[in-house]
Amino acid sequence: MASITIRDAKKSYAKMQVVHGVDLEIASGEFVVILGPSGCGKSTLLRMIAGLEEISGGEIAIDGTVVNKLEPRERGCAMVFQNYALYPHMSVAQNIGYSLKVAGVPAAERTQRIQAVARTLELEHLLDRKPMALSGGQRQRVAMGRAMIREPKVFLFDEPLSNLDAKLRVQMRSEIRKLHRRLNATSVFVTHDQVEAMTLADRLVVMNGGRVEQVGTPAEIYSRPATRFVATFVGAPAMNILEGTVELDGLSLLGGSRRLAMARAGLPVGTKVAMGIRPEAVRLVAPGTAGALKATVDLVEELGAGRVIYVDLDGAPFSVMTSEAVHPEPGSAVGLKILPEDMHFFSSETGGRLDVFKVSVPEPAL
Amino acid sequence: MEKRVTFSRWTIGILFAVPQLLLIFTFFYWPAGQAVYWSLTLQQPWGGGNIWVGLDNFRSILSSADYWNSITASLVFAGISTGLAMFIALVLAALTDRQLTGSRFYRVVLIWPYGIAAPALALAFRFILAPEAGFLAVVNRMWPGIWDPGLDGADAMASIIAAFSWKYVGYNFIFFLAAFQAIPRSLIEAAAMDGSGVIRRFWDIQFPLITPTIFFLLVINITESFQDSFGIVDIMTSGGPANATNLMVYKIYSDGFKGLDYSGAAAQSIILMLLIIVLTIFQFRFIERRVHYR
Amino acid sequence: MVERTPILNFVTHVILFLGFLMAVAPFVIVAIASSHNLKDVNDVPMPLLPGSDFWINIKTAWTTADLGPKLLNSFIMATGVAAGKVIISALTAFSIVYFRYPGRTFIFWLIFVTLMLPLEVRIVPTYAVVANVLSPYQAILDVTGLSWLIEKVSGVQVSLSLGLLNSYSGLILPLIATATGTFLYRQFFLTVPDELTEAARMDGAGALRFFIDILLPLSRNNMAALGTIMFLWAWNQYLWPLLITTDQSHATAVTELKQLIPNVGGIPEWNIAMAGTLIVMLPPLIVVVAMQRWFVRGLIATEK
Ligand SMILES: Nc1ncnc2c1ncn2[C@@H]1O[C@H](COP(=O)(O)OP(=O)(O)O)[C@@H](O)[C@H]1O
Ligand SMILES: [Mg+2]
Repeated sequence: MASITIRDAKKSYAKMQVVHGVDLEIASGEFVVILGPSGCGKSTLLRMIAGLEEISGGEIAIDGTVVNKLEPRERGCAMVFQNYALYPHMSVAQNIGYSLKVAGVPAAERTQRIQAVARTLELEHLLDRKPMALSGGQRQRVAMGRAMIREPKVFLFDEPLSNLDAKLRVQMRSEIRKLHRRLNATSVFVTHDQVEAMTLADRLVVMNGGRVEQVGTPAEIYSRPATRFVATFVGAPAMNILEGTVELDGLSLLGGSRRLAMARAGLPVGTKVAMGIRPEAVRLVAPGTAGALKATVDLVEELGAGRVIYVDLDGAPFSVMTSEAVHPEPGSAVGLKILPEDMHFFSSETGGRLDVFKVSVPEPAL
Repeated sequence: MEKRVTFSRWTIGILFAVPQLLLIFTFFYWPAGQAVYWSLTLQQPWGGGNIWVGLDNFRSILSSADYWNSITASLVFAGISTGLAMFIALVLAALTDRQLTGSRFYRVVLIWPYGIAAPALALAFRFILAPEAGFLAVVNRMWPGIWDPGLDGADAMASIIAAFSWKYVGYNFIFFLAAFQAIPRSLIEAAAMDGSGVIRRFWDIQFPLITPTIFFLLVINITESFQDSFGIVDIMTSGGPANATNLMVYKIYSDGFKGLDYSGAAAQSIILMLLIIVLTIFQFRFIERRVHYR
Repeated sequence: MVERTPILNFVTHVILFLGFLMAVAPFVIVAIASSHNLKDVNDVPMPLLPGSDFWINIKTAWTTADLGPKLLNSFIMATGVAAGKVIISALTAFSIVYFRYPGRTFIFWLIFVTLMLPLEVRIVPTYAVVANVLSPYQAILDVTGLSWLIEKVSGVQVSLSLGLLNSYSGLILPLIATATGTFLYRQFFLTVPDELTEAARMDGAGALRFFIDILLPLSRNNMAALGTIMFLWAWNQYLWPLLITTDQSHATAVTELKQLIPNVGGIPEWNIAMAGTLIVMLPPLIVVVAMQRWFVRGLIATEK
């Protein structure tokens, strides 16, 4: 078990910088998930921790020791790869035991440890098979076993579940979680799948364009997104965003067709802001209800447990998620009710969260 | 294309290349340099002084009728045998690719000839084409004296062409068949749905798609006809009669080792080398194009 | 695909059958001729039913051309060359694919250019080098003045000399360097997923360990393909063994064929000659038949 400290870590390839100064503190035994769209530099950051990529700037320390110049084998990390990277010509047992063989562990002890790992992962009956003869889920387990056998200080996962089908993914997710609870080893898990991230993480790191956007528990990230990017990236369907401008006594939205009365809190008149509302925070009411927004239904998407209703709000697309048994016809009018505490505000300029607004009226007249 | 992951200790890495580098220096670059040096000097075999003569060796070769005769013979040999070997192989491969009954069998047997050493098949062909015994002797029975590779230059040339082409039909067949099979089945099926018949499909789809292979084989066949012909000539005709089959490589060999004219042989080597360089460059230019076709 | 083309199918079968005849006829004729006695083989036309002298002819050819030791020489040479090529090209490709060092591209080109220097254009000087393989190094020492320096300092006159004529090393070493083999491995190594290398590094394997434990076992198919065609290529070599085996002890089966060409004058002993040809043809033919898959694959891969 070990803590990881990342200080202003940077990575550039030739001319292009792909990681721009990341700071991160990972406590011993913590399960941290790095979430971000593909190409944002998650894998690169992970591989910098592993020692597979040179660190162009800044520092990475494991257990207080700066590891910038150490080879992968000297860092005490184990890694599970997206495509598993099992050695195709070796049996399951040989795959799992390879690191011990390289380290010169005697054959008897090796066999014993392979057996132990195989038992944990329920791979005992597959030890003589070649990777080619395994299913996706089994391969995944072997890859886990290969990482576990070394009893590493740190587990690194690079989208290990993304090659599995949906059902297996859910199952492996909970197994990884259980395994972590048992071994309690520091783990860094990279994914672009927010459900995976939310369910696994003790703490979530949201990255975009080579920068960390927000670090926090899944609940914090969901309820108080620090940036407009985090707000729209986390949560499905994505948060609705309405562009607005600060006025004397409130906010003008949708090009002036709606107004939101509220305290201006020091922002100069004319400042551009974005208001965000999660689809699941909107309540559907009868059109014409006091304090409700009037909108026209475009499309209803049935999800079984609920439905997503896409509406047209003065020309802007807007979505509502409801679990109520309402089935409005496309073209019909509906009322939308939004509570002040469900509104998020972001600077249009920087994308940062603005907590300066106080919506004055209990049920704001829009 | 490059690897993302490399090993950091490149001093060790370079050691892996050393054995091959030593071999190519000792047996390729040094002798090639030596050949250039000899071609520009006049020297006694095994020691003695080297006199710098500039391009004199080349001048004397290029003004020798024997040498031009050798070039002509090589070009005739290259042209006819390449044409024959490629045409026959193309027909056989195209037909085998139709996958009728027995095509698997042809796929196996038609490549056998390429496995045989040139001198061995040369000896076999020397017997088969012998004027007094063997098979063409039958023709001589009917029209006495019409076929005699031992006396008639054209007959001798025809003999070595037959032997060489026989071997290279097998070689070309392998490549043509692979090229035909690399054409996606769906393309053929799409054309069939468009109403195009077997022959039409060949000309409209298959043939255009294998033109890169045709050019590639053309270069390889010509290059090989300069090189692999040595054993055939040595066994079947020894360059005769009257130098009619004295191909370039054979002449280098006989001038150098039998005539002990090192400088002349070296100059001929350099000219042949230039020819092969041109062909190789042409081939690799072409391979780049080939990648684009995919 | 449903397609009714009876005439075309008939023509296809006829042409393919003619092609088949053309391909096997020489083998058949050689085999039949080697079963006849001297009179029958010189009959015009030669009888196409096999005669009864097959084993006698084989035995005569075997002793006349001393084929036992010569086949062994051929085998040693072909195996040595094939193994050498397979190993040395794997090493070189590993170096230029898995390491970054200055001059890497230059090495690649040095190897590439050897494609344009076939044996045929450098026979005489290569022969001279093999007569004393250290002569290039001697020359370098002489020209750079190092031999003079060494002689001055230590009083030892530098004279490097190691002749390889009439030796297995001389037969094998000059034929080992291979650009096509190196490119074949390079091409293959480039398709090995990076993750495998990374996994091995995470498992603690260094360069050599990775090469031996992971890369070589993964290259098995390549080795078989390359080994097969290089074995055939080396077995079929003629010019080089002819040059450097000035005495008979190291001659190969292929160069021995020359001894079997019937003399001018007298009745030509074609039956013996064909029996010898058959013996020399057989090993490569067996390899082609047994290793067909690797042979075809290797050919296509190395020429790319
Ligand atoms: N070896 C490399 N050379 C150049 N650019 C690279 C290399 N590896 C990754 N990149 C770039 O770095 C960025 C981040 O990549 P990566 O960390 O793999 O993203 P992801 O978040 O999807 O895992 C991408 O834009 C990618 O194109
Ligand atoms: Mg990634």
